[in-house]
Amino acid sequence: MAVKAVQRRELTFWEKLYIPQIICGLKITSTHFFRNLFLHTAHLLGRLKNVPASVTIQYPEERRPLMSRYRSRHRLTLREDNSPRCVGCMLCETVCPARCITIVPGEHPDPDVEKYPIRFDIDLGMCVYCGYCVEVCPEDAIRMDTGILDLAAYSREAMRLDIHELMGPKLRKPISDCSLEFPHICASADGEMKGGWDSVPRSKGS
Amino acid sequence: MPSLTIDGREVSVPKGTTVIQAAEKMGVFIPRYCYHPGLSVAGNCRICLVEVENLPKLQVACNLPVTEGMVVHTGSEQAEDGRRAVLEFLLANHPLDCPVCDQSGECDLQNFYMNFGLYDPRFREQKVKKQKAVQLGPHVMLDQERCILCSRCVRFTDEITKTGEIGIFQRGDRAKIGVYPGTELENPYSANVVDICPVGALTERAFRFKARVWYLSSAQTVCNGCSQGCNMDMHYVLDRPHLNEGARVVRVKPRYNPDVNQWWLCDEGRYGLEWIDKARLQEVRGPGDTANADTNSGKATWEQALGAISKSLAEWKAEDVGARIGVIASAKLTNEELFLIREIFRDALGAQVSAWVPEDPGTCDEFLVKADKNPNTRGATLLNLTSPDAPEAERIVDEALAGNIDLLWVFGYDLVEGFGEQKVRELGEKLKLFVYSGTNENPTQALAHWGLPSAAYVEKDGTFVNHHGRVQRIGRVFSPLGDSREDWRILLELGGLLGLQLDWRDPQEIFLGLADAETAFAGMSYGTIGDQGVEVACTKPTEGVTAPW
Repeated sequence: MAVKAVQRRELTFWEKLYIPQIICGLKITSTHFFRNLFLHTAHLLGRLKNVPASVTIQYPEERRPLMSRYRSRHRLTLREDNSPRCVGCMLCETVCPARCITIVPGEHPDPDVEKYPIRFDIDLGMCVYCGYCVEVCPEDAIRMDTGILDLAAYSREAMRLDIHELMGPKLRKPISDCSLEFPHICASADGEMKGGWDSVPRSKGS
Repeated sequence: MPSLTIDGREVSVPKGTTVIQAAEKMGVFIPRYCYHPGLSVAGNCRICLVEVENLPKLQVACNLPVTEGMVVHTGSEQAEDGRRAVLEFLLANHPLDCPVCDQSGECDLQNFYMNFGLYDPRFREQKVKKQKAVQLGPHVMLDQERCILCSRCVRFTDEITKTGEIGIFQRGDRAKIGVYPGTELENPYSANVVDICPVGALTERAFRFKARVWYLSSAQTVCNGCSQGCNMDMHYVLDRPHLNEGARVVRVKPRYNPDVNQWWLCDEGRYGLEWIDKARLQEVRGPGDTANADTNSGKATWEQALGAISKSLAEWKAEDVGARIGVIASAKLTNEELFLIREIFRDALGAQVSAWVPEDPGTCDEFLVKADKNPNTRGATLLNLTSPDAPEAERIVDEALAGNIDLLWVFGYDLVEGFGEQKVRELGEKLKLFVYSGTNENPTQALAHWGLPSAAYVEKDGTFVNHHGRVQRIGRVFSPLGDSREDWRILLELGGLLGLQLDWRDPQEIFLGLADAETAFAGMSYGTIGDQGVEVACTKPTEGVTAPW
């Protein structure tokens, strides 16, 4: 490995004295401390709002606003009857460069809709957040606008979002009770088909 | 032989040829929807418009006989303009539901739009609503909105199956196809209308929503459903197991072979392939811990199995009582494997070998479906493993029951089905060694001492000889499932363990050895067989039935 010798500056006499330099440093720190103490107290009292204090964001109580085009966790958009808008065309599964989407389509009772996803999984452990799935969707059925950024889990399995978590972004595993009414493969029913079209209130007669 | 010029190149074709056929001969593809080489010419879709010099208007290439000195331009601006206008009309009432359409990806509407359409849509009116998801029969779904009324399916049922279930009803933009009232599309060739449908109007029920076509890989193979040996393309998916419930074979499509099946495939062959992925024998089953146990309860390895079997065989060979070995081969094995069985068991060990298993004839007709449901009976006959050169399987079983045979190897044939469970159980107790090798779980396998998992025919290379004496290569589509091995590999390894001089390494080399040994196959190789097959030297049809063409 090549070594590059860096010429260091010689310390001046004042710097070599040490104590004055410590005092200089403490002066800078305490200036900021007392300035922020004063300004934050003033802000609390509703004064001097136009003078900014320190810029630390108190996460997670306080969050930065996200840009509207920011790609956060996915969600599946819904029809009026709370069934997924997705028609199971598998274009997102096709375009996904990380191959993290798994769709199993089924027959929709409405012949004009034809297909819907019985199963729709996204493995966030594999997702690269490219947003191609959102771009390619012909039905605006998948979006990445939940604003959810804190994606952490204790297992790989928990990183795998199923149709429940995708349709209800507030849900997190383990989901004890499945409230979805259309037929779908449900983790809470041990991967069996759950629900039925009979119980789904149809918004229009078909 | 009139000669004409197509796109600047001159070609001579027989009299009566149409321009589309002449162009096809030159490798020039003219777009078509209603034209199909296997059906009569309808000339109703108008997409095959070409420009012909000295004719005032564009002509349909499918219905224009060539004349001497004709000059045709297929890609001229005028022709493309005409086709673009035709396409715009065809797409006027098309629902454009490509994302949910099973044809998407192999649809000629999509292809031709991308090739020469690319116009800005001008249709602002309400599209005509028709019925979607209509079930025409056990295998076919219809979407009337997607139909472009090319009438290929109507002509297919009129001309090929002659059942005439499908017709066009109503007029104008309300015209739609459907089955006649009170009938269903359930002839033995019904699914062919899906293959010939150029758009997504007719789709397969079995394939419905199963996968998108661009997920599918394709490989050439031959149907093993009967002795006709129809050529087909197998479409399979290996990397997305959540589709199709983990099964690899998704669907099959007929592959054109003028001498065997033309463009068609029967429904029996098309939908008879579930066994390739379901209830497969995937592990070697042996006698387990207790030696000479009658059932194969334990798991074993190939080394254990072949070691034990070859040891027993070598003992019999040393005692020079070869006739005490019986082998029931199967006409479902390839020529290469039957040849190896003959070399090892009959010639080297002196065993009684038969591939002649009497079976009740299945359904048959005068077109493609043959009564003999074994794909390679003819090959077994040419290799002298069936009547009159070999004993019948029943005789081998009888001799084994009488105590004249100590070792029996059954290839794929379910003895329980043919001889009853009692006899097979008795065999298991009486025989010193009872080996079953086959693809699927069955009662015979459970009663044998060794159950060896062998590869399905699409998992190995090899050749079949169809009833007419055509040698066809089956081709390997994907690798064997689980622990299963190709029968030729098992046999080669066994030959090696027995110390036989078999210096072949793969089916291709075995076939060359076979071609040297048998005059019927003389001079053949995988190269000369190609993807269309060749006839064996002495053609003597077994049944006296010849193809109708």
